[in-house]
Amino acid sequence: MDNLSLLAEAAIKAVDDSTSVADLDRVRVEYLGKKGSLTELLKGLAKLSKDERPAAGARINDAKSRLQAHINQRKMALEQAAIDTQLAAETLDVSLPGRGLARGSLHPVTRTMSRIEAFFTRVGYSVEEGPEIEDDYHNFEALNIPAHHPARAMHDTFYIDETTVLRTHTSPVQIRTMENRQPPFRIICPGRVYRCDSDLTHTPMFHQVEGLLVDRDVSFADLRGTIDQFLKAFFEADLPVRFRPSYFPFTEPSAEVDIQCSNCRGSGCRICSQTGWLEVMGCGMVHPNVFSHCNIDSREYTGFAFGLGVERLAMLRYGVTDLRLFFDNDIKFLKQF
Amino acid sequence: MKFSESWLREWVDPAIDTEALIAQITMAGLEVDAFEVIAGKFSAVVVGEILSVQPHPNADKLTVCQVAGNSEDPVQVVCGAPNARPGIKVPFALVGAQLPGGMTIRKAKLRDVESHGMLCARDELGIGDNSAGLWELPADAPTGSDLRDYLNLDDVSIEVDLTPNRGDCLSIRGLAREVGVLNRLAVTGPVCEPIAPQISDTLPIHLGAGTKCPRYCGRVIRDIDISRPTPLWLVEKLRRSGVRSIDPVVDITNYVLLELGQPMHAFDLASLKTGIVVRDARAGETLTLLDDSSVELLEGTLLIADGETPVAMAGIMGGAATAVSDSTRDIFLESAFFHPLAIVGQGRKYGIHTDSSHRFERGVDPAMAVAAMERATHLILAIVGGQPGPVVCEQLTEQLPASVEIQFGLTRLKQQLALDIAAEQVEDILQRLGLECHAQDEGSWRVMIPSWRFDLEIEADLVEEIARIYGYNNLPLTTPVAPMAIATRNESLVPLSDIRACLVNRDYHEAVTYSFVDPSIQKQITPDAQAIPLANPISADLAEMRTSLWPGLIAALIRNQNRQHQRIRLFETGLRFLPGISVEAELIQERMVAGLVSGNRLPDGWSHSHEKVDFYDIKNDVEALVSLTGEPSAFDFQAASFPALHPGQCARIFRRGIETGVIGKLHPGIQRNLEIEQPVYLFELRLSVLETAAIPAFRDISRSPEVKIDIAVIIDKNIAVEKLLQAIRLAAGSYLIDLKVFDVYQGKGIENDRKSIGLNLTFQHHSRTLTESEIIQTVTATVTRLQEELGAELRGEFK
Repeated sequence: MDNLSLLAEAAIKAVDDSTSVADLDRVRVEYLGKKGSLTELLKGLAKLSKDERPAAGARINDAKSRLQAHINQRKMALEQAAIDTQLAAETLDVSLPGRGLARGSLHPVTRTMSRIEAFFTRVGYSVEEGPEIEDDYHNFEALNIPAHHPARAMHDTFYIDETTVLRTHTSPVQIRTMENRQPPFRIICPGRVYRCDSDLTHTPMFHQVEGLLVDRDVSFADLRGTIDQFLKAFFEADLPVRFRPSYFPFTEPSAEVDIQCSNCRGSGCRICSQTGWLEVMGCGMVHPNVFSHCNIDSREYTGFAFGLGVERLAMLRYGVTDLRLFFDNDIKFLKQF
Repeated sequence: MKFSESWLREWVDPAIDTEALIAQITMAGLEVDAFEVIAGKFSAVVVGEILSVQPHPNADKLTVCQVAGNSEDPVQVVCGAPNARPGIKVPFALVGAQLPGGMTIRKAKLRDVESHGMLCARDELGIGDNSAGLWELPADAPTGSDLRDYLNLDDVSIEVDLTPNRGDCLSIRGLAREVGVLNRLAVTGPVCEPIAPQISDTLPIHLGAGTKCPRYCGRVIRDIDISRPTPLWLVEKLRRSGVRSIDPVVDITNYVLLELGQPMHAFDLASLKTGIVVRDARAGETLTLLDDSSVELLEGTLLIADGETPVAMAGIMGGAATAVSDSTRDIFLESAFFHPLAIVGQGRKYGIHTDSSHRFERGVDPAMAVAAMERATHLILAIVGGQPGPVVCEQLTEQLPASVEIQFGLTRLKQQLALDIAAEQVEDILQRLGLECHAQDEGSWRVMIPSWRFDLEIEADLVEEIARIYGYNNLPLTTPVAPMAIATRNESLVPLSDIRACLVNRDYHEAVTYSFVDPSIQKQITPDAQAIPLANPISADLAEMRTSLWPGLIAALIRNQNRQHQRIRLFETGLRFLPGISVEAELIQERMVAGLVSGNRLPDGWSHSHEKVDFYDIKNDVEALVSLTGEPSAFDFQAASFPALHPGQCARIFRRGIETGVIGKLHPGIQRNLEIEQPVYLFELRLSVLETAAIPAFRDISRSPEVKIDIAVIIDKNIAVEKLLQAIRLAAGSYLIDLKVFDVYQGKGIENDRKSIGLNLTFQHHSRTLTESEIIQTVTATVTRLQEELGAELRGEFK
């Protein structure tokens, strides 16, 4: 029976020497398989006496189960080693950039317009659009700017022909909306507008958002509240806002709105021409003549309108220093938004 | 309008400093655009008199002057100015004087000659930029007096940017009225008693233009001495108001224009033959203007004629032939009221804008004509002498602007401003503004508008006046309240923001290009479309409306390429403009989305090759866009031709037969013409088609097993794969739930004009397992159909 001890010892050594799961399996078959050498020993029991058999059998089985346990242990160790090897081999430099498309960008004008739209639509204004090639009536006449009004000089108009223009503001959309529906109105009108003017601070095309609120008993106080809240929300700051009397043919009273200069906080700098204030929008109470052009009774209804330049607000919000960059479409500019 | 602060303060002098005054009028609606001190900071500069001038012993260009003006005896000053000569009076900076720029004058030796002070040019004192020698002061300037006091140099030029309705403030008088109202101060101007005629000469005046000119005053003044200089105080006031001195008569009319707001004109009486006629110009008449430009008058332009001969463009500019010159002895002064509608727009037609037309366009106080005439006469007699005739004032009383009366009440004020204000306070404000209030019922008035406030016509105008004087920023501030009604929201509408986001997420940058484009590029891109030209384009390369978003995007691509960008992916949304289908039809302004890609497929990186984009990349972008509709299968790409695109890589896109857009590769010829370095792929889609979405409708999900079969068929090269797929779908029946192309092969083993298409078919029954024989039968039948219909042959076996 010394043979068993030798065999068991050799088997344990073979297990320890195995270098892979497959290798280990070969060892298992060699000793514990149907024809394995330890299994063969059991067959030898028949040669032993009846008395010897149980003890010998127990010894062989004991050796077999110890070997099996050893194999299991070794298998786990080999598997773990294999995974460790795989992990080591597969380790990447995670600091390298990922593969595939990058993300593009929204134009800052769109981004700004979307923000403005969101403030107003959230409180019940709807977004209205209209044609950019407009007739003289909707762009001027209906807005109380008759043919020979000095205010026409305020608008350097592009003409298609004598009675067709590129709209100089988005106000015609207000007219079209009031013509086609019944009050109350709560609308904003974003879009492209055109003025025949081009220099450092003017481009022949730019964007406006105009707003209109018409209802019973809408007052200048409502206008002030709306504008004040909008500007504070837009700049996410408790900015001082002031109203200055001004003139627009389509509103009376009319006002221009200034915010405290965001650059110098009111102390005066180059950006605000030392005034401490930046003009950001115009507004006023809808002129009775505009209402009458749209068949709205100005005794029953009152309303306010406001208009702002999108590029102007985008420049202040994002610190853009040159208006012309908006239409140059340099990718280095676009990708910043 | 630019004005001198000290001139204003002669009329009304509030106890506030310049800064406060500027803030005050700005907040009252008279926006101050700019201001500048009219002289630099300097001290101890007096009026000096040069008594004698000797050559400098050691320098050719210097002189040695004896100058009076110091409190003690005359002192010696070395001077380098060419106009230094005995007898003239000049600014004299004493020893110890501080000059602008921080220079201090000290006793000095110049080339060994002592100099006690400095004689100054204008620019050395920060007064204008004239550096041509010493500033020669008037002979009557009191020697030794402080120059700042003598010339009233502690003054500021203020420029107000007046809105078109406030023509009443285009004068010192008008501005003073506003400042008076704001500060509760009385306003006092110069008193102008009517001047008795010394001669009886008059010129007949005939008003022949109705409401355009309902009042015209004229006066003859004889024997003036135009050689006399305009006094320095007047020149200075003009200068500080931005007006150049010309000759005493013109200076005086300009002075009255600035002071009272009444434009005037002086004719050389000798050049007028018969008499003044105010009438509309007739076609073909011509006039040479003061600036020597010759204009052909347009019908309807208001004209001043001498008998039949045009002599002035009324209210805009006088004529050269009748202008005052240095030989003039007798003049005819005009002070008239021209209606704004007679003047507005006229100057623009001739490209002329003058201080006079600026005022008449906006409105001039119709009651001012006579007072201005008297004021001007006063000044003329005082400065150039002469003998005045009587003032002749012709007027068409019926045609003069009627006086305005407005019904006004607290109710309207409350409705418009949400302001609770006492009736007395309203009355106080209106009266301060010079408006006469006649109380009617409780809190309502009949308000009489004075002749100078022609901008006040309706109740809303008075609401603004109350708000303005009360202070916009003192008015209440509220949040509007509205019912919280739930509004409808159309789910079958794809928001534009989703379309933009889709492209942004696919690595496109949004561009915004001008709606007017370069016709030379547009002609190449859309040669068949008729573009709408602008009548007055800003430049030749922005001359017509875009017929497609492509020309703008391509121009942006070229700009980026020129700045060394290689990989360019841009999109834009906006209108394209096309003429109407018929002459009467309205022109088409259609919302589009367009995109363009060029360069590498992926951003430069370490892990992939630098493959270029091709047609199928941009097609996938378009497929992503059409997927937003929820029914991508409703879209159909049909090989087509389009002038700007490669004939073999171009498709028109349809949604159930409705034209949706175009996709393709920029024609290599156009690419070369435009010097674009790499191929460009483009798409343009109509937003109206893309924006309608199908609302999802659920279909039951089958849990039965799927069977996948791969086949390869060989068909003619020119058969579109889509046609093959359609044939398979028809033939394979409803158990075919998915069909994909996994391979397209041309080359070895396939005839030249044929191609092999590898297809992956997935079958599934909605409720049971399909049998092998069912599937084999279906595939076999399908292949047979393909053979019959498309001449397809099976390549190898299917498995």
